[in-house]
Amino acid sequence: MPDFTDRTWLWFATACYLAGFVIGSIALLRERRHSRALMFGVLFIGFALQTFGLYQRGLAVKGCPLGNTFEIFQFTAWSAIALYLVIGPTFRLSLLGYFTSLLAAVLTSVSLAIPAWDATRRVGIFGGNPWIEFHAAIALFSYGVFALLALTSTMYLLQVFSLKRHHLRGLFSFLPSIHDLDHINLRLLGAGVMLLGASLAVGSAYWVQDTATVNTAKLIITVALWAAYAVVLGLRLKELLISKRLAWTCIILFAAALLSLDAVNSSRPPLSPTPVKASR
Amino acid sequence: MTTLSATLFLIGANHRTAPIEVRERLALTSNRLPEFHAQLDALKGLREITVLNTCNRVEFYGVAESPDTVAQLQQAFCAFQGLEPESFAAICRQVHGRAAIEHLLSVACGIDSQMLGETEILGQVKDAYAAAQGRRTTGPVLNRVFQKTFQYAKHVRTHTAINEGQISIANVAVDLALKIFGDLSSTRILLLGSGDIGEKTAKAFQSRGATSLTIASRTLGHAMELATAFNGTALPWEHVTEKLGDYSIVVGSTSAPDVVVTTADVVAAMKKRRAEPLFFIDLALPRDIDAGAAELDNVFLYNLDDLAKIAEENLAARTAQVAHARQIVGEKSEAIWKQVESQAGGGSPPTATQVQEPRSI
Repeated sequence: MPDFTDRTWLWFATACYLAGFVIGSIALLRERRHSRALMFGVLFIGFALQTFGLYQRGLAVKGCPLGNTFEIFQFTAWSAIALYLVIGPTFRLSLLGYFTSLLAAVLTSVSLAIPAWDATRRVGIFGGNPWIEFHAAIALFSYGVFALLALTSTMYLLQVFSLKRHHLRGLFSFLPSIHDLDHINLRLLGAGVMLLGASLAVGSAYWVQDTATVNTAKLIITVALWAAYAVVLGLRLKELLISKRLAWTCIILFAAALLSLDAVNSSRPPLSPTPVKASR
Repeated sequence: MTTLSATLFLIGANHRTAPIEVRERLALTSNRLPEFHAQLDALKGLREITVLNTCNRVEFYGVAESPDTVAQLQQAFCAFQGLEPESFAAICRQVHGRAAIEHLLSVACGIDSQMLGETEILGQVKDAYAAAQGRRTTGPVLNRVFQKTFQYAKHVRTHTAINEGQISIANVAVDLALKIFGDLSSTRILLLGSGDIGEKTAKAFQSRGATSLTIASRTLGHAMELATAFNGTALPWEHVTEKLGDYSIVVGSTSAPDVVVTTADVVAAMKKRRAEPLFFIDLALPRDIDAGAAELDNVFLYNLDDLAKIAEENLAARTAQVAHARQIVGEKSEAIWKQVESQAGGGSPPTATQVQEPRSI
């Protein structure tokens, strides 16, 4: 096997996600439906490459690679793709693969293109405790779920726009039905709240033992995010927050979650052992 | 006549060559078809034959030993239908060899249809071929030609957008409903009025899986009559407003001079529906549904002009695909032609003993 660095594998994965987006775009420009099998295949290859890259990074940092903004963006994209690979064939939502490839391509290429995000690698941040690692991993996986929710919410808004304004051709002609999108949005919202809630529950079991080790800003932001999504879920279940307002709320919340990642990460205290400089 | 170019023929008339009043006289009714087939059986020199008999065309695809046989077929058809041979000759299209294959493929993929790109015709061609096979009047030439035609007709449909987008108002409405509800089997449809266009739309919904249909008309008797015809239920007119929120799709087709459903009615209905969308299809003139309802969240309103515009756009998109489709039809017809020619052994028509035992006709 060639002696590629973890970042090289992650670049290959990004290329696959970009390829998925290009395949989908070409099909849309030709007003044709892209091949689901081809899209699934390309994203699956990208996922496998990204998994390998993150695995290598995990070996280097001795744990789940969630120690800097680069790794968090990569892990979020990986989660979104993993979720697509699981739910895509089940729900058969037209264009979901296309939008997921776009999201993954943006998240991964941006993270790779900003060297500062990966300038410092934090080694052993979980102190060898698998439960804390699990807590972090499922928290980030829930970000992947919320990322997908933001995508399906965008698709929902596009479909509503299309039907309200009577623009039914091109991209709009391939969008899933409003009913299907609303259905998947509710499921993703529920899954995300459950995952992030579980992550907080696991994390809190350790936090109460040693409150000084947990970064307050991170704790507040994460709990606030979970509470916000939980409130949205409650309002949706009571049918008080529906349709376009629900979709916009999910998109705004995910944007806020992404923006908060960097703030959370930079507010972390220095770790022991000393962070290592990234090799390019 | 010894070459396949001359023996393989198409003869018939269709919507392009004959007006509707003439086509009415050409159509072979199902109860008389066996009698006509018996006459075809008696025609000497007719090796293979398939009759394509739809509302827009009566066409005979066959393999004949000589031009006389084709002329006899034409005479037999005219005599059977009570047509003057000269009148039929004026509207009849007769082509041979590759041109017959090209015509069949054009028909099968919908580019020769009155409703461009319609898909029903392929099923009709398949039925015609199956019927001919059942009577054992097809042989190696028609078997190859028809089977390859089905394969290539599908190819044309998948490689062009010739059948994409609906071009009838009723089907456009159904497509829009699918974009909102995904599946129509659990949607409840309310038909306001018993107008012809509303009835057609209701039929289109039922053909695409809708099962719950309610009809409301100012005259309850009319509503009940239509409800019986559609296996639905009738709703007294005075209950329309209060029950509006129970329905996912409302089709307006009354002849009422004023708006039947006001924006306030829709606001009240949406309080009942909450997260569920409501789709109005207003086919009435003057309009039945207040245009202001379109501004409400989760409410979708399309009137007759909106639907007609979509149908026109779809038709224009299909028309733009015709040249590409014809190019494929040309290429594939050539391919079929080469296959049947080589099968026939360089131009000679197959003899009765070479075929896979078609019935002697």
